[in-house]
Amino acid sequence: MTTIERSDTPHEVVDPAFAEAPKLAATPSSRFTAAAANYIDERTSISAVVKEFGRKIFPDHWSFMLGEVALYSFVVIILTGTFLTFFFQASMAPVIYSGPFVPLKGVEMSSAMDSALKISFEIRGGLLIRQIHHWAALLFIASIGMHMLRIFFTGAFRKPRELNWTIGFLLFILALAEGFTGYSLPDDLLSGNGLRIIDGMVKGIPFVGTWISYLIFGGEFPGQQIVGRLYTLHILLLPAIIVAMIALHLVFVVVHKHTQYAGPGKSNENVIGYPVLPVYAAKAGGFFFIVFGVIALIASFFQINPIWNYGPYDPSPVSAGTQPDWYIGFADGALRLIPPGLESVIWGHTYSWNILIPIVVLGLFISIVALYPLVEGWVTGDKREHHILDRPRNAPTRTAIGAAGVTFYAALWAAASSDLIATHFQLSIEAVIHTIQATAILGPIIAYFIAKRVCLALQKKDREIALHGFESGRIVRLPGGEYIEVHQQVDDYERWRLVTFNEYKPLMIRPNAKGKITQTQRLRARMSRWFFEDRIAPVTKTELERQSHDHH
Amino acid sequence: MARKPAKANRRHPLATVVLIAIGLAFTGGGYALFTSTATAQTDTASSTSQSSVDEGKKLFAANCATCHGMSLEGSTAGPALLGVGAASVDFQVGTGRMPLAMQGPQAMEKPPQFTEEQTQALADYVASLSPGPAIPTDDQLTANGNATNGGELFRINCAMCHNVAGAGGALTEGKFAPSLTGVDSKYIYEAMLTGPQNMPVFNDHNITPEDKRDIITYLKYIQNNDSTGGYDLGNLGPVAEGLFIWIFGIGAVVALTVWLTAKSN
Ligand code: HEC
Ligand code: HEC
Repeated sequence: MTTIERSDTPHEVVDPAFAEAPKLAATPSSRFTAAAANYIDERTSISAVVKEFGRKIFPDHWSFMLGEVALYSFVVIILTGTFLTFFFQASMAPVIYSGPFVPLKGVEMSSAMDSALKISFEIRGGLLIRQIHHWAALLFIASIGMHMLRIFFTGAFRKPRELNWTIGFLLFILALAEGFTGYSLPDDLLSGNGLRIIDGMVKGIPFVGTWISYLIFGGEFPGQQIVGRLYTLHILLLPAIIVAMIALHLVFVVVHKHTQYAGPGKSNENVIGYPVLPVYAAKAGGFFFIVFGVIALIASFFQINPIWNYGPYDPSPVSAGTQPDWYIGFADGALRLIPPGLESVIWGHTYSWNILIPIVVLGLFISIVALYPLVEGWVTGDKREHHILDRPRNAPTRTAIGAAGVTFYAALWAAASSDLIATHFQLSIEAVIHTIQATAILGPIIAYFIAKRVCLALQKKDREIALHGFESGRIVRLPGGEYIEVHQQVDDYERWRLVTFNEYKPLMIRPNAKGKITQTQRLRARMSRWFFEDRIAPVTKTELERQSHDHH
Repeated sequence: MARKPAKANRRHPLATVVLIAIGLAFTGGGYALFTSTATAQTDTASSTSQSSVDEGKKLFAANCATCHGMSLEGSTAGPALLGVGAASVDFQVGTGRMPLAMQGPQAMEKPPQFTEEQTQALADYVASLSPGPAIPTDDQLTANGNATNGGELFRINCAMCHNVAGAGGALTEGKFAPSLTGVDSKYIYEAMLTGPQNMPVFNDHNITPEDKRDIITYLKYIQNNDSTGGYDLGNLGPVAEGLFIWIFGIGAVVALTVWLTAKSN
């Protein structure tokens, strides 16, 4: 590195398995490439960058590739989206449909819908590209979700990566916005119903709601403007911000270097894995095509969003089974779970609590997600850098909080499909809603305790195994007549994995410089006790040594 | 809800031949019918077959009267059937909803218990006691109307319960609007005409017979030309799509990442 490295950033080490592999000899055909590379390098000095970046080390673990899946789906979205812009007309001007889909012939619709139908039925390959675009969007957000869960449960957001968590979180929100604006563009019945719900939510905001709604829609809903406006957001503003954020996100990954799981030879001071060039780049390049292939395969065999079935948007009809795409489901679910009729009229103003409460609850929920690394850092008081990932069981309280969050999200998400749950399992919709209401409130609490107990139990098991090894099932009779079961010791590599983790203890309350104990200090101590009261200490070296003496 | 098995092949090579054969059979049959309907129709009301009415009376007394009363007056277990007409009986018995198997949120469809003649007899009997909507004739059912008009009417009048693609939907308290895939044209017509259970009645002033035919045309069109974009995942919309991407999309991708990072040995 040309820059001065801080002593606590990890060194990068090539995995020995790769370092030993034979190097390729130069062949005549590579001479041309060499000359070309030289030409470019003399004019751009790119080799310095390639050398620097090419020697970056990335550890190998499947869960480290989920973010890549998100990145590649995004590339697929950009490629197919560009194709769609060639044919899509973001206008709400009415036209009469005259294309090949018989049941819509002669129906008045917006140019947006008309052109989306044209893409589906008349442009060669248009339907396939549309379906790839939509399926890729679903996969994009799903893989971001998986990636975030991985980061959360392994504690990869700890110092120095807190900011990158925030950037990732913003990317998630931007992806939701991209998804929703895209879903609304074809101006079909389904998307129009979705916009109507947004309109209702905006109008539910006291005092300013109606004004904001008129501002967004350029008049009374649905107006003539909204598709054009969403289009600008969808293809210009949001993608530009997303690309910039992704770049920043990746720069941080390079600067911080990648995290790794504990293992033999791996420490907080090094990163063991494969260099970007050639191994990782080749793998990643191949992986892009694999992801593209999976999406293309799904898109060729499975229909998505058949707008021709929904017909053009018209404010009067609403279809049964109207849902948003999955990633907006949690918001739709919150609206379905809130008991109806929660409204009060105060001095001539209506306060729609049935809209305001879900907005506030969802706002709180996503703020907690965004700020969690800061909160945990504050509670633990840990200012060290962490480059070794936690196994989820070794951070029981965090894992339990995560489990509670996932349960809450899942309950809201399930609520968005309450009507389909009712018809498909022959239940009454009221019973389904009431069950999910209870789950949304009690579920997280139950999940929290179960997850925490399971983590502690697993830690105990690990401790037991590190100290005494596995039960081998072999019973031996000693000369004295005593029967014992022989325990098989785990090997050193495995033991290393089991015993390396950080131990935290609840913080002590300390008076500040003025000799006072502040309320914040108290809160912090209480939170810290909540986090670390129940804990299993990692096996220490002395314990291990004593144990092995006993055995020999 | 019972799922209809997916159509194996959308266009079998012999499909055209079979279609032509069916077409010929229909025209031939229609021609044969036409020559005889004139006589049949005149006596539907009065004498249609006193024998059929008698037969229906017996069947009714044996199977239906416990709930609907000996003279259709109804009881605590079932509503009065005065004025419901032959169409209602044909729909309820023909789709197996009646005789009611058990009390529940709504009468469920099951394999019909009576043959076509017996159903006809029951319908004749109920219609003979008090007039009501008649069973639609074949020419009211042909699916050659205006699909566009049918589609618009369907979205406005039916989609809020049955879903735009006719995939069905939930109503309150365990009631539901069933999927309309594969429902016989006759029953679609009768359902509109008589409004079974929680479905509203769409009488001929509300939706004219031509409009009803258009709706049937539309429903048949989307069923016969289904899913342009591949398998339709039950036409359940974004929920099915979301489940699919989470189970198969993420599933496949995770399996591939595990494979890619597996240590070669
Ligand atoms: C176990 C009691 C029971 C039996 C047996 C029964 N039904 Fe019914 N029937 C009902 C009930 C209850 C309803 C009302 C359903 C509803 O609206 O939810 C009904 C509704 C109907 C209707 C619809 C009425 C309308 O308003 O359109 C018809 C027609 C009918 N029954 C015919 C028959 C016939 C014909 C039989 C004999 C084959 C029969 N039922 C046997 C209980 C019964
Ligand atoms: C208020 C909701 C509602 C509306 C609107 C509605 N239906 Fe129904 N529909 C139902 C219910 C509920 C049933 C089930 C009745 C039963 O099981 O007896 C039903 C049953 C049917 C059936 C019988 C399906 C079968 O499997 O046998 C058909 C056909 C049908 N509806 C067509 C229509 C058409 C066409 C329209 C529009 C003109 C329409 N419905 C409007 C609620 C509705």
